[in-house]
Parts: sequence; structure tokens; C-alpha cells
Amino acid sequence: MSRRLITDAKNTWCPGCGNFSIQHTLKDVLAGMEEEGRSLDNVVLVTGIGCHGKMADYLNINSFYAIHGRTIPVATGIKIANPDLSVICCAGDGDAYAEGLTHMIFAAKRNIDITLIVHDNRVYGLTTGQYTPTSPLNFHGRSTPAGSLEKPFNPLELALVSGSTFIARAYTRKLDHLRSTLREAIDHRGFSFVDVLQICATYYNMTESYNARVYELEDHDPADFNAACAKMREWDYSSDAAIALGTFYRTSAPTFDEEFSKGRQGDEERKGAIAALLDQRV
Amino acid sequence: MNDYSILIGGKAGEGINKAGSVIARILSHLGYFQYMYYDYPSLIRGGHNFAIVRASTRRIGTHRNAIDFLLALDQNTVDTHRWRCDAETVVLFNANKVEAEGMGIPIEDIVDEEGGSSVMVNTGLIGAFGRAAGIPWDTMEAVLTLEIPKKIETNLRIARRGYDTVEEQNPIPPQEKTTHPILTGNEAIGLGLLEAGLEAYVAYPMTPSSSLLHFLAGSAGDFGIKVIHPENEIAVMLMAQGCAYAGARTAVGTSGGGFCLMSEGLSMAGMTEVPVVIVMGQRGGPSTGIPTYTAQGDLHFILNAGQGEFPRFVISPGNAEQAYEWSARALNLSWKYQAPSFILVDKTLAEGTYSFDREIPEPVGREGEPRWEGGSPYHRYADTESGVSPLATVPLGGEVIKVNSYHHDEHGTTIEDPVLVAWLNEKHMRKEEAMLDQIETLSPVVTAGKRSAETALLCWGSNIGVCTEVAEEAGLRVIQPLVLSPFPVQAFNAALEDVTTLVAVEDNLTGQLTRLVEGLGCCVDDAILRYDGRPFSLEELREHVEEVIA
Repeated sequence: MSRRLITDAKNTWCPGCGNFSIQHTLKDVLAGMEEEGRSLDNVVLVTGIGCHGKMADYLNINSFYAIHGRTIPVATGIKIANPDLSVICCAGDGDAYAEGLTHMIFAAKRNIDITLIVHDNRVYGLTTGQYTPTSPLNFHGRSTPAGSLEKPFNPLELALVSGSTFIARAYTRKLDHLRSTLREAIDHRGFSFVDVLQICATYYNMTESYNARVYELEDHDPADFNAACAKMREWDYSSDAAIALGTFYRTSAPTFDEEFSKGRQGDEERKGAIAALLDQRV
Repeated sequence: MNDYSILIGGKAGEGINKAGSVIARILSHLGYFQYMYYDYPSLIRGGHNFAIVRASTRRIGTHRNAIDFLLALDQNTVDTHRWRCDAETVVLFNANKVEAEGMGIPIEDIVDEEGGSSVMVNTGLIGAFGRAAGIPWDTMEAVLTLEIPKKIETNLRIARRGYDTVEEQNPIPPQEKTTHPILTGNEAIGLGLLEAGLEAYVAYPMTPSSSLLHFLAGSAGDFGIKVIHPENEIAVMLMAQGCAYAGARTAVGTSGGGFCLMSEGLSMAGMTEVPVVIVMGQRGGPSTGIPTYTAQGDLHFILNAGQGEFPRFVISPGNAEQAYEWSARALNLSWKYQAPSFILVDKTLAEGTYSFDREIPEPVGREGEPRWEGGSPYHRYADTESGVSPLATVPLGGEVIKVNSYHHDEHGTTIEDPVLVAWLNEKHMRKEEAMLDQIETLSPVVTAGKRSAETALLCWGSNIGVCTEVAEEAGLRVIQPLVLSPFPVQAFNAALEDVTTLVAVEDNLTGQLTRLVEGLGCCVDDAILRYDGRPFSLEELREHVEEVIA
């Protein structure tokens, strides 16, 4: 029997919020996995704090509704403790790129086998409209009324130089592409990162701008590091350049979680090991 | 009673800590209880490091100022520690570097002649000590072989040359006693955690807790545990929460500065009710402070850290046996009550070396926790009388497990309803009552010394060692609360029975335990406080106590 994937929790996102697209796309991806015989008991969703975080309340799967910026270390701990689990982080752009940036860089560096989906609306929504690390230069937010003075990060490039083994970008208005990208990311073995351009209906509605500029990558070899880097640099998250969607980079490498011992030592074996160590210290 | 004190000193990088450990083990093999205090500045090469090894026919947990043997690798050691010596003190020194009265051994010449490396100078000095202390060569050889895995033949030749160069001066007679294992406080903590089923340890290096990370990382294969050193202490605490969510019994370790970064995760643990053990090794603060020296300045920080209100265990052992037993308890208690457990220690205990009598700790083992027994749906935060909701671990056969840092309902779904907010707050604090009830059954307050005395020393952490010894000499009682949260008021009042004068002994400026017990209505008459980073020696505390109770 397949499970009902949406909970009864009252949905409080704004009408037209891009989060609905990610929620229902992820639901479809999970339903597809279940149809293929994969148990959703083995899936854990970790969310941060921000509008995106409500995914934990709204999706009927195991979840750890963590704190702002800290999805990745929680997910890393879960994966190390039980490598058989599929661990998915839904994080915001303020969450993953500001408060928790160190964790993202290190997750990429150590190639932990988790999936990071960043709901990148390029604005703080729940705290009512401040600039984030991916807001364009001169963003007029409530903490920068005269325009932000900082150029944005390019999170794809950051992930690439940090060692991420799967890097993609999707858009909440391109649902089929979003679905196939999320599924590919979850199936990837290693640290997989998807920056999802998501409109914020209230504070940063980029629908028209994105619709006019996005295109899907074609004839691109995701195994080619330099080609991936060049494609990532087409748009710097500030200019009016065309915005490529798709899998920019994909490679395989040993994962962090597979390096640890598996299984639990029994109580008697543990006692014996302690006694042996004490004997060595006599 | 036989009691000996040996000081070995030199520069950082000359292997003083190791040399101290070798001497401690030699004395242990002679049938003595040993205790070692290791003093070192925060640098890698140079400076002045020294270890004071004390051997006694009774259990000890402190050093003394007066020394019977001074082993000097450099001039600084002789000059710095001359005040500790009297006419009887045997002074052995590296004659190639040091000018002093006593017995100079040309150790560097010996090392060169035997084809050794410069760090082997301390082996030569240990050899000389062995002869001066009348220790049989076979004991020396046995211990050196155990302690020095590399180039043992060369080391033994150098030690033997040192041994043959001097005459017997102040013999330390062998005792017909059990030789106990030697452990640092941190190692005893690690073994206690392992006894209660530790499966993962997460830490970022910070003195004085780094040696626990090193010990567990080095032993990870023997115990089948996962040891992780992540990017910072924020990640440490959050990874530990992830590990525990996925079913692994997990501990973290740090000192005050690192714990500052963990406090957001601690508060999250209070709300998620995902268990965690925090080993908190105190050093002198505020801020970077004096990294390699001791303090007991973080008690109120640990009692109060984290926004919001939630219960916690704070356990403060004072010697190796207590560290072992109560670290095991800390892990079991955290899982049983789904509340954070602190093992709050000081540098003196964490890095001090003790004879560990394995008959003393109560066998604790891995105790179970209340587990979900089926019945759909699974509610992670099910309402119960004790406030403790049955635990379950993913994957869970069709049921979902939702933990949440927001206020939430029984299922783990975010809520803002005032009735449910109040319900959850009360559920958290209801656990504290159950936690206290259990603590009161575990002998959480230690008494030592002359238990009928009306004057008592009140201490916590490593000061139990020095306080006990002073109290035994002076006929005083000692009271040591092992659990500081939830505070065992009943056991504490029982320990105070008939006490008319209470004198606190603490390694801080403001009397942190004093303030805690005074808040509970207890009257502390006087306080002996030390806050220069150094632990009380036997003589120093004896003098302070004599002044206070005169």
C-alpha cells in the first residue's frame, strides 16, 4: 500500500509560493521511488528554518525539523549512523548559504552521501524581506533600503570548487525538469546539490524575468569540470544573462559515510574489549 | 605509609609527559598507587614542561609541593623547582646541559655513543632514577618495553647506561600490592561511555578534551565505534543529534569556548528531546584564557546554557573511578530521559593520570531506555505521566518519526496553539522530576574523610582528591556532590547532617558551587578559592584549611 504523502497540517505558505512546486515535485519523486519498491521508511527529510522548513510538517515522511543553517550536519550524522538511509536536506538560501555555509562547503569536501535541495528564492521570506547571499547587487531589502552593497555568491561555483560530486540547477516553473533533476540528485551516490530557483510571491517575484531567461542545458558533458565551470559562470546571480538549468557537473568518488565501521558491538564483546584495554594499561 | 614524589622537567618536545607516564608505570609496577600532574604551557617546542609523579601506599588524587627526586633535562627545571627540594632530595640532571648540585649524568654523550636520537635523553635520565631509587633492573626493563614500542633495544641500552652511572640514594621499596591500570581522567570517561554502549563520538579538538578524541579515535577499531572530527563545534553538536536520531548512542567533547558554539544545538536537543552526552573539560577563561591550565569556572554556564527552559543532567566526577562509573551513567540517563547529560570535568582530572582500581566503580553496563512497543500511529512526543515519550528509531515499518525544534504536538508537527505550547513546556519540565527521583537513588553525593566531623570541606570535581587527603589528616568531613543538576537536595542534606562549619574549596573566583547551594538555603561559612590556573597541592590546601578553621 502506498502511503499518503501529504500530511493534514495546515499549509501556511503564501498563495503562489514556489514552495508548493518543490513540495509536490518531491512528493511525486518519493511516490515514484515507492512504486519501484523502495521503502520510504528509509527516507529522512532534514529541514532548516525559513518558509522552506515547513516541508517537514507537510510531507508525511520521517523528518528532522532542525534549526536555521544546520540541516547538513544533522543529515551527515544521520547518514553516518545509518548509511542505509536516504537523507534529503531541504534548506533555504539564507539557511544554506549564510548561516550554514561552512557546513555546505564541508559536506561537499567530504562527499557525504546526502542530497541538498536549496529553495533559492534569493530573499528572506519568513523574516519579511531582507537580502540573502544570492540576492543581486543593489537589492532593496528591509535591511538594505538603499540597495545591498555585496555581490552575490554563485552557489554552483562554490559547490564545484568545494568538491561536490553532483551539481544542478532547476526552476519551480519547469516541473518536469525539476522532477527529473531531484530524482537524479537523490539517486546520486555522494554529495548532490540542487539549487532550485524559486519565486517568492510576496518579496521577490521573479517569474517573468526567469521565464524569459531560463533554458535547459544541451550538449553539455557533466563529467567535464572545465565545461561545468564555464557554464556555471554564464550567470552570476546578479546580471541579466541567460540562466542554464540542468546537471552541470557529475562525477563519482568515495563517500565519507562508507569509511566508518558498521554494526553495533554486542554488550559482552564490548566488556571484553574494555577489559583487554585495561589489561594493557597495567 | 610510604609516599614519594618525583618531578621530571624539560622543554616541550622533549617527551616530558611520556617520561612522567613511564615513571608512573614503574612505580605502579612496584605496587604503589600513583597520581601524575602534568604542567605545560600552550606551545609546541621550548618553554618549560614538568610532570610531578606521586606514588603512595594509599589511594591518592593530588600532587605535593615537596619532592624526593628532581630529574632535570634542562637548567630551567633545576632553577624553577629548587624551592621544592630539601637536603634529602635526590637531584639527577643532564650534565651536558645543566649545572647543579647532585648527580650529573652525561646523558647526551651516552645517547650519541649508543646511536640514539635526542628524545632518548629522557630514557637515560629515567634509567638513572631507577638506580637512585633502588628499583630492580628487571622492573625497569619490563616497563620500558611496555611503554616504548619504537627502538626498544637502543632505549634499553641508554637506560641501562644511566642506571649504571649512579648509586642507590633513596630506595623506593616494592610493595606486595596489586598493580592497577593507569588511566587519565579522559580515558576513564571514554571507557565509561563505552561501557554504556557508546557508538559514536563527535568532537573538534580543544584542550583539555582533545586527548579524549585521540583516545577514542585510536581505539575506534577495537570498539567498533564511529569517531568524527567535523568543521566546528556547531557541526559537532548537530551531527551528534543526527547520529542519535538514527539510533546511535553518541557523545561530544569540548571545552568552554567550543561549548559556546554548541549551545544553540543544546537548546535544540532540549526541544527535540534527542539525547546527547556532552563531555565538558573546563580550563581557565574567559575566552581563550589559559588553555592548558585548570579551572572550575563554567558551572553556572553549563547549568544555564541554551535559550528556553529544559532539564539536563550535570554530572561532575572527581577521580578516574568516578569518571568511569558516572560517564556510563550519564549516557544511560540521557537516553532514558531523552535529555542532555553533561560530564563536567576540569583539566586537572581530564589530563591527570590515576591508578584505576577496577573493583571500585559499580558495574553500570548498557541500560535500556523506554522504547515504543507498537500501536499506530507512532507519536514521537506521546504524552506520558513522566513526560518521557517512548523512543523509536528509523526505519520504523510504515510509521514516521518526526522530531522538531519548533513547539510541536505529540506527533512532532509545528504548533502555536497556547494550550499545546503550555502542554509541551510542562512535559519537558515534568521529566526533571523523574530525573531527580532517579538521581536520588544513585548515591549522588559523596562523603569522605572523617564522616562524623562537624567541620566539612565542600568541593566538586578533581578537588575531591586533595580535599580527602587534607581532611583525613585534619579529621574533617568532605562532601562532594557528584550530580549538580537536577541537584540532589535530599542526599546533600543527608551528607550535611550535624555539620556546623562548611568550607567550600573551588577553582574559581566567585564560588560557583557555593552560590548554587546557597540558592538552595545552605549556609557556606567560608570559601577557599583558587583561580590562577593551578590545582591545589596537598601543602597549599592544608595551609589554607588551617587558616580558615583555626
